[in-house]
Amino acid sequence: MAAPHDPNLATGAASAPRRAFFRRATAALGAVAATPILAQAQSAAPAEAAPLAVPDWSRQPGEPVLWHPYGQPSEHERHVVRRSRGNAPFPGAASSMTPLADLFGIITPTGLVFERHHAGIPQIDPDQHRLVIHGLAKRPRVFTMDDLVRFPSVSRIHFLECSGNTGTEWRTPTSANVQLSHGLLSCCEWTGVPLSVLLDEVGIAPEARWILAEGADGAAMSRSIPVHKAFEDALVVYAQNGERLRPESGYPLRLFLPGFEGNMSIKWLRRLKIGTEPFQTREETSKYTDSLPDGTARQFTFLMEAKSVITRPSPGQVLRQRGFHEISGLAWSGLGRVKRVEVSVDGGRQWREAQLQEPVLNRALTRFSLGWHWDGSPAVLQSRVIDETGYVQPTREQLIAARGLNSLYHYNAIQSWQLSADGSLKNVHA
Amino acid sequence: MSMPEAPRPNPRRGAVIRALLPCLLPLSLWLGAVPAAQAQTSQGAAPYGFGRAATPAAIAAWDIDIDAQGHGLPRGQGSVTEGARLYAEKCAACHGDRGQGKPADALVGGNVPLGEQKSTPLKTVGNFWPYATTLFDFIRRAMPYNAPQSLQPDEVYALTAWVLHANGVLPADAVLDAARLSALKMPNQAGFVSDARPDVSNWACRTCR
Repeated sequence: MAAPHDPNLATGAASAPRRAFFRRATAALGAVAATPILAQAQSAAPAEAAPLAVPDWSRQPGEPVLWHPYGQPSEHERHVVRRSRGNAPFPGAASSMTPLADLFGIITPTGLVFERHHAGIPQIDPDQHRLVIHGLAKRPRVFTMDDLVRFPSVSRIHFLECSGNTGTEWRTPTSANVQLSHGLLSCCEWTGVPLSVLLDEVGIAPEARWILAEGADGAAMSRSIPVHKAFEDALVVYAQNGERLRPESGYPLRLFLPGFEGNMSIKWLRRLKIGTEPFQTREETSKYTDSLPDGTARQFTFLMEAKSVITRPSPGQVLRQRGFHEISGLAWSGLGRVKRVEVSVDGGRQWREAQLQEPVLNRALTRFSLGWHWDGSPAVLQSRVIDETGYVQPTREQLIAARGLNSLYHYNAIQSWQLSADGSLKNVHA
Repeated sequence: MSMPEAPRPNPRRGAVIRALLPCLLPLSLWLGAVPAAQAQTSQGAAPYGFGRAATPAAIAAWDIDIDAQGHGLPRGQGSVTEGARLYAEKCAACHGDRGQGKPADALVGGNVPLGEQKSTPLKTVGNFWPYATTLFDFIRRAMPYNAPQSLQPDEVYALTAWVLHANGVLPADAVLDAARLSALKMPNQAGFVSDARPDVSNWACRTCR
């Protein structure tokens, strides 16, 4: 393609006026430079004071097709990435969190789905991967990936949440932002075979009650799954948001148990063993159990109960002007659909019903929003969800009264963001 | 521990199929295609016929789980003494020379009754794990972290014996095998209860205070 004969397109000449533009812009905005998000907002603002210029990108052809054979986000979105809370002693036995405040709608982009691994991400050759289903079965079988993809498939949109999500908030408001407080949460379209189809294929015995699910990772991660869940809605999944699973999401095969705590949806699934009793694995005895004040611990706490959180505005963002703002967030329930979400801007005294964005799906993230006129005074923003069973998201005080402070997992209390007069937000207990 | 509801392989579908069977059967015979899911119950054949048989020999290397009764424990044995040697060689770098932890989990300690601890309780094999068989299962499948599924059965028995000894569950001269490990009762076996949720009851007041 011929380049236009404009001398300003020569690299150095073209960028000089642009640099000057940004210098003026930065000077005009002066002192305000608190957070990256705020700084990002500033670079756009000065355009309002100056006449519109025709930018460089309008004066030349852009990048060719196949610029990225696999598409990438704009370089201006580089800050939208998974983050970890800190440095784990074993980086493969750790978690990373979804940047919820930067996302829209209900689907989590595949590259931003939160991670929790117990012995790193195995690099599996799908041609060599196998799924064994055995135990109390008339026809124990070894399946290849090709076998599994031949079975009738379904695609469903469901959330996935780690039972430890928001577990930092029991005692004090700990997390700096919603990515770190609520980011062990994602929602994708999952495609695979209903587990019930596979259990029919192997001829599961009528006395079967539990199924051991085991991964092909270095932890051979294992959990016992109740058989009733297998026949209700469990999936053996090979695709996510329209493409094969990513390695960190279980490539080439994972279990998916809608509404159950994330660690049970065993990634890199290699084996299902059918039995009559739970197998009492390390993960369901010493780890994913919920300690109570009397020293006992609840075991097999599968369900993720209803929960919601405001993602905009939330800490790290700044309200730059009074006037209209949309309060927006996510609500979900492991028991079914979201029925209603209510929002308070005064720390829970008055509540108003938010709008639910369609579709409102079973055991999926649901986007809610409420238009709000901010008068510039301090406020405490909260959301609470009511699911279709009538369950109302609890307060932190109610959870502590029922479970004490040491159960760690399954914290689903109403979250408070304190908005200051300067427009900044902070995680608080209200 | 309470059991979940008895699983009936898709009872609704079964009822529908039974109700429709007189109509479906001649039709499907006529079409020469039996709907896959129906074929299996009466004939004992796989609905789709995919995959190959999972014989015990074919899957032995993967069939590694040990349940709470000790089913699946392999032949072999190991002593506390041998376990101490292996522990120093393969485990102490991460779990501490006495199992006190850091950087990996503490394996011993936390002897204060769990309910009396003010901060997050220290949960170890001795004061928390309900089944000794789980220790064997986990070491065999996942430890050591840098070389999982590398230990021989005798080594796993020995390491299990040492960790149990360090927690006061076994004497210093103990030797573990399948029978002895299956018979062990852990101090906190009765320390687990069923999920009691929903255990909170909020009220969606519009004007609350």
